[in-house]
Amino acid sequence: MTNQAETDLPVLSVRNVTIDTIPGGAKPIVRDISFDVRAGETVCVVGESGSGKSVTSMAMMGLLPKDALRVTGGQILLDGEDVLSVSEGRMRALRASKVSMVFQEPMTALNPVKTVGEQVDEVLRIHTKDSRAERRRKVLSMMERVHLPDVERIYRSYPHQLSGGQRQRIVIAMALILRPRLLLADEPTTALDVTTQKQILKLIKELQEEEGTAVVFVTHDFGVVSEIADRIVVMNRGDLVETGDCRQILSAPRQDYTRMLVSSVPSMQPRCAPLTDQPKVLEVVGLSKRYGKPGKSEVLAASDITFTVRKGEITGIIGESGSGKSTVARCVMRLTDPTEGAVVLQGQDIAPVRNLRAVRQKVQYIFQDPYRSLNPRRTIAQSLMEGLVNYGMPEREAREKAARTLELVNLPAAVMERYPHQFSGGQRQRIAIARAIVMEPDLLIADEAVSALDVSVQAQVLALFEDIRERTGISVLFITHDLRVAAQICNALVVMQKGCIVEQGATRDVLTNPSHPYTRALIDAAPAPDWDFQNFRPLPLAV
Amino acid sequence: MLSFIIKRILSAIPVLFMVAILVFLVLRLAPGDPAVMIAGPNATPDQLQQLRESMGLTRPLLEQLIIWLTNMAHGDMGTSLISGKPATELIMDRFGPTLALSLSTVVLAIVVAIPLGVVAAWQRGKVLDRLVMGLSVLGFSVPVFIIGYVLILVFARILGWFPVQGYQPLSNGFVPFAQRLVLPSVALSFPYIALIARIVRTNVIEVMNEDYIRTARAKGLKESAVLMGHALGNAAVPIITIIGVSIAMLIGGVVVTESVFNIPGLGRLVLESVLARDYTVIQAVILLFSAIYVVINLVVDLLYGVFDPRIRY
Repeated sequence: MTNQAETDLPVLSVRNVTIDTIPGGAKPIVRDISFDVRAGETVCVVGESGSGKSVTSMAMMGLLPKDALRVTGGQILLDGEDVLSVSEGRMRALRASKVSMVFQEPMTALNPVKTVGEQVDEVLRIHTKDSRAERRRKVLSMMERVHLPDVERIYRSYPHQLSGGQRQRIVIAMALILRPRLLLADEPTTALDVTTQKQILKLIKELQEEEGTAVVFVTHDFGVVSEIADRIVVMNRGDLVETGDCRQILSAPRQDYTRMLVSSVPSMQPRCAPLTDQPKVLEVVGLSKRYGKPGKSEVLAASDITFTVRKGEITGIIGESGSGKSTVARCVMRLTDPTEGAVVLQGQDIAPVRNLRAVRQKVQYIFQDPYRSLNPRRTIAQSLMEGLVNYGMPEREAREKAARTLELVNLPAAVMERYPHQFSGGQRQRIAIARAIVMEPDLLIADEAVSALDVSVQAQVLALFEDIRERTGISVLFITHDLRVAAQICNALVVMQKGCIVEQGATRDVLTNPSHPYTRALIDAAPAPDWDFQNFRPLPLAV
Repeated sequence: MLSFIIKRILSAIPVLFMVAILVFLVLRLAPGDPAVMIAGPNATPDQLQQLRESMGLTRPLLEQLIIWLTNMAHGDMGTSLISGKPATELIMDRFGPTLALSLSTVVLAIVVAIPLGVVAAWQRGKVLDRLVMGLSVLGFSVPVFIIGYVLILVFARILGWFPVQGYQPLSNGFVPFAQRLVLPSVALSFPYIALIARIVRTNVIEVMNEDYIRTARAKGLKESAVLMGHALGNAAVPIITIIGVSIAMLIGGVVVTESVFNIPGLGRLVLESVLARDYTVIQAVILLFSAIYVVINLVVDLLYGVFDPRIRY
């Protein structure tokens, strides 16, 4: 191994790889991609959805779906051996021992009916001749190396008994236990909270340095890229746009696409101040939500939540998964009933209201996943008009209003008769926003409304939110886990942890001068907090 | 878990109680009279009336019901109206053959259907898959008695490998016992093989799209190991459900198969009792079947927990 690492031969050499669908489409989905990865080096493959970055990494593992995709040209050399031309048996032998993979979704990447110990052990069982006891010893020691606590217990645990971060550590242990030469990491931290993400990135780096592993890190997140990449490969719609070292791509991208991509990343620099002179639209006072029966099974999802949103303000609720931010939003919307406290909307407490018909119109909701929040069997016009007609507007008038609202979200009125599947994710989210604001609500609740979008689309939708706020004076409760997004558009922030508010105030104060250690930890965990992506340079004043 | 089992068993009592009342009333509503069956066509109306009185059939319906339920509560299933033997004894005599036939059918169905379903899932859309699925349509749509007679004709009459009909208890030796069970079990298992194989195929195909299957492949596992080691276990819950349902349905199928193969089991007992309007025996057997359903459902629920660690009671 060592002499191989010392030679100048790259561990991975992707040469002119082209991948096409079966049967072949008009254009291959990955075209003529070439790049090298050396031992100990981290190469980030960056691109938006549909860029072909994941397909390329699956091809390196020989795991393309056989009946749907195939490599039609080029070579993928792993230590000089072309994985595209080896036998099925040889490819199986290479997997996990020379090239292994860490996947995006740790919640589903592990078999739910086997203990995680068994699953890591399986790698050794099929690739080595070690005895059972020997394998167990190795698995436990690998679990320690990925910093899992109480490894004996974890060995016997099933995936559902572990947290997302712990599961991803198991996947990493599984991937690295045979010390492969190449690790493919496909968005391995995207589904994780920022603080967990930071730990996992650190772990991968640490193990990589110990073993001299070459890492291909597929991601859409430039924050992560700037933290870990040695070199960057930018892909767009199947083409390789640009490669270069990390600093060069971030500070002086040569291609327009790369410039656009990098500058779409929101900076951690707060931009909006609270509007203290405006009337209050929403006042939440002492709100609590309990689930389960009082006593043993009781879960306090939100406790003593108090905050205010003024007219024209975007107030962010930030926190990690399980912090209770969505629970608060659902209580404000009265999708679920608060256990205690008041939700005062335009001077009226809606928490005890029984007939919600009047309340529903005043508060509208935008969901995270634009692919599932629109009824696929209804035209855009039907989706937009339904609420208006429901509240008694004549159909003709409703149609005109829907058309005007679509223009507000920069879609032509001509799209009215189409169905949701005919639109991209970004367009769908615009439609979802149009569907919400067509009701002219006093308050808009956006629950992770830009989290599922590509960064360039995210930038457009964020700009749209600001634009709508300017033009309609609407108030927005903006729920997000992403501090960059919050910095970009929120006037005020509410930071939640474990069902409680730990800190709130003007965005600038919270982000530049956090008073609570948890807020501090969140800010520290956000990747590359000190880089101003929009201007391709470090932030002038450190946040 | 123990409290779950106890709760389930306790909750079965009202179920069985309702079944008992329903069976009792439905039988009384059905046309036919056990006294006529016993006395024969030449009995005079007086004789019939006397017979009915001695059998307790002239008492008010509610009284009959209460007497019966009270006896049941004391573990007395009553005596046959026709033969005068205790119903419990009749059932015990016939239980062995039915148990043997049902068990061998279920085991056969599972052993054949699961590999067929997995292979079909693995070869999805290819010749082998189409063959298995085609056969399963056949197995599903051809009635058991036709399959039974064809099997008798080919394997018993023409080839002479097995006896045509009949039953020998295990106490008479394994070979005669097994020889007489093969054909009826095969005949009876056809629809269940078809059903279970289909369910296995569908669920394995569904599971094969899961992320952890990709993880398993990325470890370098062979496709067969992926299928057997990772996919099948995750497809287990719906498969067990359908096996449970199959066993319940099987009890109905036993009536026909036992007639075709002349096996003196519970199915035949039900048939004979129905024809003779032997109320007590029918009631006892149906209650027994209900109790078996309840137990099967409980076992199925407990097996969920065995195959899926996320399910705990």
